[in-house]
Amino acid sequence: MSLVLQGIVTGILTGGVYALMAAGLTLIFGVMDIINIAQGAFVILGAYLSYWLSVHLHIDLFLGLFITIPVMFVLGVILEWLLIRPLKRDRTQLSILVTYALAIIIEGLLYFFFSADNVKLFAWYTTQSIPVGPFYLPLIYLLAFALSVVLLAALYVLLYRTKFGRSVRATTQNRAAALLIGIDVERVAALTFGVGVALTAAGGMAYGATTPFTPNSHYDLISRLLVIIIFAGMGSLGGALIASVGMLVIENVTSLLWSPVWASTVFYVLLVIILLVRPQGLFGKFATRNQ
Amino acid sequence: MATVAHTQTSAGQPGRSGAGRWKPFQIVFWLACLIAAIVFPLVFSSPAITTIAFFTLVFAAAGTAWNIFCGYSGYIALGHAVFFGSGCYTIAILCAHWHIAGGWLPFAVVPLAGVAAAIVAVPFGVVALRTRRHTFVVITIAIFFIFQLLAYNLRGITAGSSGLELPIPPWSGYVFNLPFYYVILVILILAVVTSWFVRHSKYGLELLAIRDDEDRARGLGVRTGLVKLSAFMLSAFFVGMCGAVWAYFVESIYPNTAFDAQFDVLIALMAFLGGLGTIAGPLLGALILQPVTQYLTISIGQSGLNLVVEGVIFLAVILLLPQGIVPAVRELIFRRFARRDAMPVAPAPPAPAAVAPATEPNPPDSVAAERS
Amino acid sequence: MSLLQATDISKAFGGIQALNACSIAVEQGSITGLIGPNGSGKTTLFNVITGYERPDTGTVQFKGADISKYGPDRIFGLGIGRTFQLTRIFPRLTVTENMHVAIKRKGLASLLGRWSASSEHDRALQLLQFVGLTHLKDAPAGSLSYGQRKLLELAFILVAEPQMVLLDEPAGGINPTLIGQLVERIRELNRQGMTFLIVEHNMEFVMGLCNRVMVMHRGAKLAEGTPEDVRANPAVLEAYLGD
Repeated sequence: MSLVLQGIVTGILTGGVYALMAAGLTLIFGVMDIINIAQGAFVILGAYLSYWLSVHLHIDLFLGLFITIPVMFVLGVILEWLLIRPLKRDRTQLSILVTYALAIIIEGLLYFFFSADNVKLFAWYTTQSIPVGPFYLPLIYLLAFALSVVLLAALYVLLYRTKFGRSVRATTQNRAAALLIGIDVERVAALTFGVGVALTAAGGMAYGATTPFTPNSHYDLISRLLVIIIFAGMGSLGGALIASVGMLVIENVTSLLWSPVWASTVFYVLLVIILLVRPQGLFGKFATRNQ
Repeated sequence: MATVAHTQTSAGQPGRSGAGRWKPFQIVFWLACLIAAIVFPLVFSSPAITTIAFFTLVFAAAGTAWNIFCGYSGYIALGHAVFFGSGCYTIAILCAHWHIAGGWLPFAVVPLAGVAAAIVAVPFGVVALRTRRHTFVVITIAIFFIFQLLAYNLRGITAGSSGLELPIPPWSGYVFNLPFYYVILVILILAVVTSWFVRHSKYGLELLAIRDDEDRARGLGVRTGLVKLSAFMLSAFFVGMCGAVWAYFVESIYPNTAFDAQFDVLIALMAFLGGLGTIAGPLLGALILQPVTQYLTISIGQSGLNLVVEGVIFLAVILLLPQGIVPAVRELIFRRFARRDAMPVAPAPPAPAAVAPATEPNPPDSVAAERS
Repeated sequence: MSLLQATDISKAFGGIQALNACSIAVEQGSITGLIGPNGSGKTTLFNVITGYERPDTGTVQFKGADISKYGPDRIFGLGIGRTFQLTRIFPRLTVTENMHVAIKRKGLASLLGRWSASSEHDRALQLLQFVGLTHLKDAPAGSLSYGQRKLLELAFILVAEPQMVLLDEPAGGINPTLIGQLVERIRELNRQGMTFLIVEHNMEFVMGLCNRVMVMHRGAKLAEGTPEDVRANPAVLEAYLGD
């Protein structure tokens, strides 16, 4: 029983980190109607940036975020302008290929600069555990979770308490109408892409501090993130949070009770079952027509 | 190169316009391609070159097969590596099970690998084809990862990450590549002929109608579910065969080489580069991209920079030639012809603002209009 | 027995009751108009009849058989064709190809044959002639004007020789000359025995063409009768002016 409880707690904590990454992905989808396949690669890039800062400049992982988040934001805005905006026809399909190509480029650059060796982020708090209730939890899990909560709260404030957030939500609901009422949709798209990518800087740091990674890890990440956002219903931010936590809880519990090898398979199988019943995902609003 | 999707506009009514006078050129063109493909490994017999040629044909065939479903129906699938991998594992497992030794016999298993892939396509299609557009793309990617995971985890069947061995081919030296080359060439020809048949059939017209407006097609009596699933299976069948030949060639397979995420993107990109939904497009795309990719992997694959160069090429292709080479060239040729004939040709109407459903991109080409 | 009978159809989207125990009957050989204010459920009713939406409750019967659980492909096969309010054609196919999509073939083998079989092709050309689009037969359908698209949509439905045709705002947004042409065509087809159910806001069009008119309001039928009856019915006027 306590094993299950432990699985649930770790699941919630790590799920928070995935929620951070998935939030960026689903936000970009909602506003721009594109799927950013490079989201996983951005996460890994974020992790390597933190790694580089901590190893070469001895900057603390959390302090380093004050550098990496703005850098990734700018990178996101530039890439949107350079690669996404020029797509005029077949945007949806082409954007998937473009961002896939982007992911491959990032992977290649990371191989070139950091080699294919396993890397893990280290700081004094990545090896500590502290007692919480009946069991010991790795301190970094708690810190990473706290970081996710803070950033997601900030995202919430940005979306629901600012003028920019209103524009984002308006564009998500109806792009044409947003244009009509004078929202600069292209600017909103660029900034949203920037925000979505900026979130991966933090997500990458949290991921890298809890899991060893290589330039190749982005495939695993993007597959999980994609499953999370389909599961949630694409474009649903709240759904993405719930699905992230749900996925990681199920995975952790399966891994502890049954076998780590099959842990993620269970979630994938669950996805297939959900899709058979509800093709639009658990929280999806726009269904495929006429099902 | 003119034997492509939209020239069939008038193929059914011979002697009227456009396509009719192109026919002899088309036949000569395709025959020339065929002869070139047959002679190629005899002329350039260095194993290094024939190896690249073999991989190119694998991708040309797989891309053509991918196009039969994705190009015609407009459903962009990024999970065809599932069928490639299923083909790989089927041939490996069957050869081991039946104690087939290296030689010509393993090639006899190749069609079975195709069938296995087509069978895999049934549950895959039933789940994925219920969704559309982005969700469909994402689900094919997700299902791909499920299969890769299964290949790692079902150790009893796949031996997990230690991989499976195939029979060792008995040929050596300069002739080693030839049997593989000609077998995959036959598969490629079959795939192209199938693609041609589909494109000209009523069945293919239904696929194209699904691409344009699936709900409307359904409301005109098209059994969309069945049409999509069968095209998906047909596509899987050929990709599975490609996987089987490839597996026999490389002699050992692993979950991440048989179920390779890059394969998914590569065949899609090749089709996009050549021209989605055209018959020659995937061929041309493979012919251009595959040798480059192979060369890069061999020359700078150690550093990872090959990925960077490949990625940049992909980006350039998508951003500069989004409609693909074949449609672009075709438009050019017909424009010139229209001018030279000095026919009173009405200028192509501007791409109409899509009154049609929002899912619908503008018509890809105004060629047909110019010829009318 | 009416040709088409919808009984007690209800359909809700989220909290909105689009159809509320709606019942209508369409007689064989009639041209029936279906009018009502925006949002009164006309298009939803069309969607339910043609299988694009499943009703929450109620049944649809065509020639006495229950079709409420059939999909759009099957219902089209039974002989009900429809057009869409925002015309839906296949923009990247040519006009002729558009026509051929609707031609029914039986059996797998015939599906693998070329689409342009000669007898089918003659029929397609005949119908294009009928709606006056012959000169555009090789043009991509996406290049047609709005009115021409409407005619094309009508033409490819006729390919299957349906017994009943549902038109969703056939006169909306097209010029008066084309409207006249359209009225002519509908009359001619009706003389040959085709039944029409038409949603339309253009009252002149409805009153001039239809021999029976139904009025929908808030998801149910409010009134029914000859055009004259309906015009004189005070409840109808109230429905349009009220809310």
